[in-house]
Amino acid sequence: MPERTMVQAINDALSVALEKDPRVVVMGEDVGKNGGVFRVTEGLWHRFGDDRVIDTPLSESGIIGTAIGLAVGGMLPVAEIQFMGFIYPAFEQVVSHAARFRTRTQGTFPLPLVIRAPYGGGIRAPELHSDSTEALFVHTPGLKVVAPSTPYDAKGLLLASIQDPDPVIFLEPMKVYRTHRQEVPEGWYEVPIGRARKVREGEDVTILAWGAMVPVAEKTADAWAKDGVSCEVIDLRSLYPIDEDAIIESVKKTGRAVIVHEAPRTGGLGGELTALINERAFLWLEAPVTRVTGYDVPVPYFALEDAFRPDVRRVSEAVRQVINF
Amino acid sequence: MLQQVEEKRIGLSYVRPDGTLTDEGRAVWRRIDDEKKMLFYRWMTMARLFDRRSIILQRQGRIGTFAPLEGQEAAQVGSAMALSKEDWIFPTYREHGVQMVLGMPLNLILLYWMGRVEGWRPPELLRLLPPSVPIATQLPHAAGAAWASKLRGERSVAVAYFGDGATSEGDFHEACNFAGVFRLPVIFFCQNNGYAISVPFSRQSATPTVAEKAAAYAFPGIRVDGNDVLAVYEAMVRAIERARNGEGPTLIEAVTYRHGAHTTADDPARYRSEEEAREWVQRRDPLKRYRALLRSEGLLTEAEEREWEEECRRRIDRAVKEAEAEKAAPPTHMFDHVFATPVASLQRQRREWEGDGRA
Repeated sequence: MPERTMVQAINDALSVALEKDPRVVVMGEDVGKNGGVFRVTEGLWHRFGDDRVIDTPLSESGIIGTAIGLAVGGMLPVAEIQFMGFIYPAFEQVVSHAARFRTRTQGTFPLPLVIRAPYGGGIRAPELHSDSTEALFVHTPGLKVVAPSTPYDAKGLLLASIQDPDPVIFLEPMKVYRTHRQEVPEGWYEVPIGRARKVREGEDVTILAWGAMVPVAEKTADAWAKDGVSCEVIDLRSLYPIDEDAIIESVKKTGRAVIVHEAPRTGGLGGELTALINERAFLWLEAPVTRVTGYDVPVPYFALEDAFRPDVRRVSEAVRQVINF
Repeated sequence: MLQQVEEKRIGLSYVRPDGTLTDEGRAVWRRIDDEKKMLFYRWMTMARLFDRRSIILQRQGRIGTFAPLEGQEAAQVGSAMALSKEDWIFPTYREHGVQMVLGMPLNLILLYWMGRVEGWRPPELLRLLPPSVPIATQLPHAAGAAWASKLRGERSVAVAYFGDGATSEGDFHEACNFAGVFRLPVIFFCQNNGYAISVPFSRQSATPTVAEKAAAYAFPGIRVDGNDVLAVYEAMVRAIERARNGEGPTLIEAVTYRHGAHTTADDPARYRSEEEAREWVQRRDPLKRYRALLRSEGLLTEAEEREWEEECRRRIDRAVKEAEAEKAAPPTHMFDHVFATPVASLQRQRREWEGDGRA
């Protein structure tokens, strides 16, 4: 089995989908001849041509708006927004239309649409290139939101998203685009939307994370293992729908939960997960559910991004708090 | 002299406000069969009577806030009658004239205004989308559907309906730009009724017309008297031909006027002069001039007129009865159709509503 980075795995998924289904079109800014600013679509334009891999005008609302029309017209568009921080011009198309088409048309015009967007910080990018505003989309009924953290999951989740009859926001953590390689099967396989992945088994505390925070959670678990504390790490993968049962089962076992996300704290997904645990596992808790998150500030320019993003030190401190409570 | 200037400003015109044909109009008139000539009249009349009845229903509290179209019948009927079943239609909330011409039953149109989403079940194979409420956002959808048609090698074209206010929105530009760049078989059909709620077109645009904006996207913009059903129909036929022949998009500006309010919650007296409204209602009315044309051509008698209006009222009465008899959807209906397969948390919320307690 070939070893691939996340960038290569996503490229492979797109290639497999384009090959399998003539309705699939890949569209966005620089996705064609240039192969994408991260080279995620490298080679696809040469292989599949201008009608399948489409360089669009620099026009986010136009990209998502026409992708909606393409989907209504029977295509399966996979639209790229170059960075999540640039998705806001298309926010109205996503919230007012993509999310509501099935309901509004009572299923007559479903909307099989995938919106890919690199997200999160950690790569020393300019302003607005490091946003993690997943909660905006999780809060919008009618959308599914996924964020893989490994090459294997990235390919499987992307194929599942393309196959899904409803709109999916597919978030790609730039920080881990190329940090590690993993065996990725050839051909079509799917990682189901709505299922979390148990990254490692543990007994004392559950760490919930997604995207580029998963490796931070793993390193924290490594550090605590040396001190005899066993952390269970769960990669949510799917932010809507959330795999509630996997989370509840884990927290009932460990009695403690630390939630890690890059997004600002207030109104972030961590609050939702805390409420979920309170509702379904309150009597099993040994300590208050704790969040380690970005701060409630605009994502700082990159000179300060390390101070903003949760790291091993901060997550370890949270683990210490819940263990010693 | 002033009138001549005004006629020129108004663009393509075949039926003058007094119901006489221009020379060009006469040539077009000869090419159109009598059945179609009568259908123009019948649908415009139906649209007007349905519209008036809807306002009464709103006043009686039987439907919700309603967006009347009276005055815009020629723009809607003329354009819709040029379309075929395979074409994609992306309307706004003021397009019930378009909807009925395309085959949307009147009782379902009323259900929409009763706040009943479950009424959206257009007859099969009708590619008519529900009204788009956020302004101009449906224009990129029409461009996208046209794009799908082009990529799939289909014959169908797509039409986006919108008003003059929509031309100020970014999505107007983005949709026109995509359509121009990819030469998409799409028609952008603007009903310029002069006002976006209260704000006049001069405050929307520094260009005096909508049509000229098409030049920026390298496709034709046609300005047409939107109260002249024949001219609207002909402009639309040409645009559709162009699109089907692979020649790309067209922007049509149908210059018209809404006789009444923006919605039943609006008072146009606050922002329009009585004199202006009188000019449009009395002198430029689309239905009055077309009726006069049919009469002078010997195609319509007063008795036939009365008969058709009665028939319209009967059909509208029946539609109101049917809509009001439509069984109420259960409250849990709101959980249906959010996703193809309901997600677990949503199923739990549904059970919560049903009183089964939490999972």
